[in-house]
Amino acid sequence: MTASASETKYLSEFYHLPEFKNLDGYKNNGGYVQLPKALKMQPQEIIDLVKASGLRGRGGAGFPTGMKWGFLPKNNEPRYLLCNADEGEPGTFKDRMMMEKAPHQLIEGMIISSFAIGCKKSYIYVRGEYDDSIDALEAAIAEAYKAGFLGKNILGSGFDHDMDVYRGAGAYICGEETGMISSLEGLKGQPKLKPPFPAIQGYLKKPTIVNNVETLAAVKYILRDGAAAYRKFGTEKSAGTKLFSLSGNIMKPGNYEVPLAFPLKDMIYGLGGGMKAGRKLKAVIPGGSSAPVLTAEEAERALLDYESLAQMGTMLGSGAIIVIDDSKCMVECLANLMHFYHHESCGQCTPCREGTGWLDKITTSILAGRGRLSDIELLLKVADNMKGKTICALSDAAALPVLSFVPKFRDEFEYYVREGKSKVKGTAFKTPSYLSAGAH
Amino acid sequence: MFQLSNDAKQKVLTELKRYESKQSAVLPALYIGQKENKGHITPDVIRELSKVMEIPESQINEVFTFYTMYNKSEIGKNHIQICRTLSCMLNGSNELTEHICNELHVKLGEVSKDGNFTVTEAECLGSCGTAPMMQISKQDGSSRYYENLTNESAMNILRGLK
Ligand SMILES: Cc1cc2nc3c(=O)[nH]c(=O)nc-3n(C[C@H](O)[C@H](O)[C@H](O)COP(=O)(O)O)c2cc1C
Ligand code: SF4
Repeated sequence: MTASASETKYLSEFYHLPEFKNLDGYKNNGGYVQLPKALKMQPQEIIDLVKASGLRGRGGAGFPTGMKWGFLPKNNEPRYLLCNADEGEPGTFKDRMMMEKAPHQLIEGMIISSFAIGCKKSYIYVRGEYDDSIDALEAAIAEAYKAGFLGKNILGSGFDHDMDVYRGAGAYICGEETGMISSLEGLKGQPKLKPPFPAIQGYLKKPTIVNNVETLAAVKYILRDGAAAYRKFGTEKSAGTKLFSLSGNIMKPGNYEVPLAFPLKDMIYGLGGGMKAGRKLKAVIPGGSSAPVLTAEEAERALLDYESLAQMGTMLGSGAIIVIDDSKCMVECLANLMHFYHHESCGQCTPCREGTGWLDKITTSILAGRGRLSDIELLLKVADNMKGKTICALSDAAALPVLSFVPKFRDEFEYYVREGKSKVKGTAFKTPSYLSAGAH
Repeated sequence: MFQLSNDAKQKVLTELKRYESKQSAVLPALYIGQKENKGHITPDVIRELSKVMEIPESQINEVFTFYTMYNKSEIGKNHIQICRTLSCMLNGSNELTEHICNELHVKLGEVSKDGNFTVTEAECLGSCGTAPMMQISKQDGSSRYYENLTNESAMNILRGLK
């Protein structure tokens, strides 16, 4: 079983070729063959094809892509396509690989998608730290203009399209689609209340479709092979392949493309090469840091698709799998994540701003050996009060780890509070000497 | 007092025309201003940008304070940002940060005496499969990822930068 686990390189078939990054290398390997084909179709045919394929958003929420496109107003109002390349969900590093190794794959997918939804201008919003991705995209966009794949009257079809890159500036919340729109407008990246949804009112109040890098890259393959062929991968409700980012305490971390519903244990023990010598699996976060944690026993039977993970009380999210072995302290892991969410809350909503602050403070004080038994209940209570009450999902995303870590690894939390040290490590967390008031 | 060079002003003007809305140029303009001022932004930089862009200082300032990649205080020639989030933490980022700070005799956020280094912690930089890692940014804004680090390899990289 696990030893024979192998990848299904569908989107990533040519990622090993350095030349796939350039226009020529991309064209020599099937690139820009689907674009001319698409431009001869009716836009609605493409939308229907994407609907029929069952493609769901790869950015986190798993919303059906064709259905989202269908929400756009049926008129000639200007509209935008915004590619979400902010990739901030801890554990996720697939979009970066896709942009660096195959920028044209994304660009071709975006031109086809733009034609389908009748959009003349698209942006790729890339997180500010991704210098190499931005360089690769800018170079590829320039090549695409030169070759006549972008600009006026593309390949004589009468369809005009411009594309540009926008650089973020370091804020996880800009990965949230309405936060991203605010940021692209040159404002603080604060999310906005939905409805109106971006498809009705987005960038500059115009209809805007926001899709993840991997979602848009997949469109071209659906066009090439058809909806039925795409559906051969995965399950009825979770169709297609997905790139999973595997990290943490694992022998062979990396990005792996597999069909949805691939067994998590084959990912860990097969593709991932298993645990380091002498170590045992303790816990797995299956879909980015916001996804509730699974115990080792749960991980053994989990399948990597939207429905199976939802049934286990967690989620597929961005497909970021973080593996934790038996030498690690769950209290320390949770405190690490709470620091992250506290840092990243944009502060607009009281439950999120105050709640992430409390979760950070309480977990830090437990780590320092100052925790009380009542703190464990308090963590659960604070987290519970953060759910379902805010403008965006960050508040829930911060609460979910608490609501899974604490009940599933309660003994570690209770031991830490009682003994003032970690059950696993036998010592208390030492506040590092490098900390100072220095602000950045 | 700080002044934007003509070249920088031109670049800001180009950005103003690049997007559907003028305001969208604020983020790129802040990068241009930061590059001109040795890697950090001061009220003077914002005043200059405001003049060129004809956008109120308060609006630019609000954006500046929201995002972490605009530096609020002076940084060394090499800004070392060590990722601290879970996958890196599980692979020893705390120990790495401690080691680097001790070797360079700095605390987080400080500029080293020779002006060469500032060390800060960053939240997930999207390099989790090659943890632990650091990003080093120069005062001109160029930057690079260094991955799969050990205490030794990180120090070798830093010594090579001086
Ligand atoms: C706090 C927060 C952070 C998010 N970060 C990202 C991100 O980095 N990349 C991404 O594609 N989607 C992210 N999302 C999801 C987006 O809001 C949106 O659902 C997605 O970009 C839609 O594209 P898709 O349908 O192709 O997945 C985030 C959502 C939230 C609530
Ligand atoms: S939930 Fe948190 S991050 Fe989202 S808008 Fe409210 S305060 Fe901001």
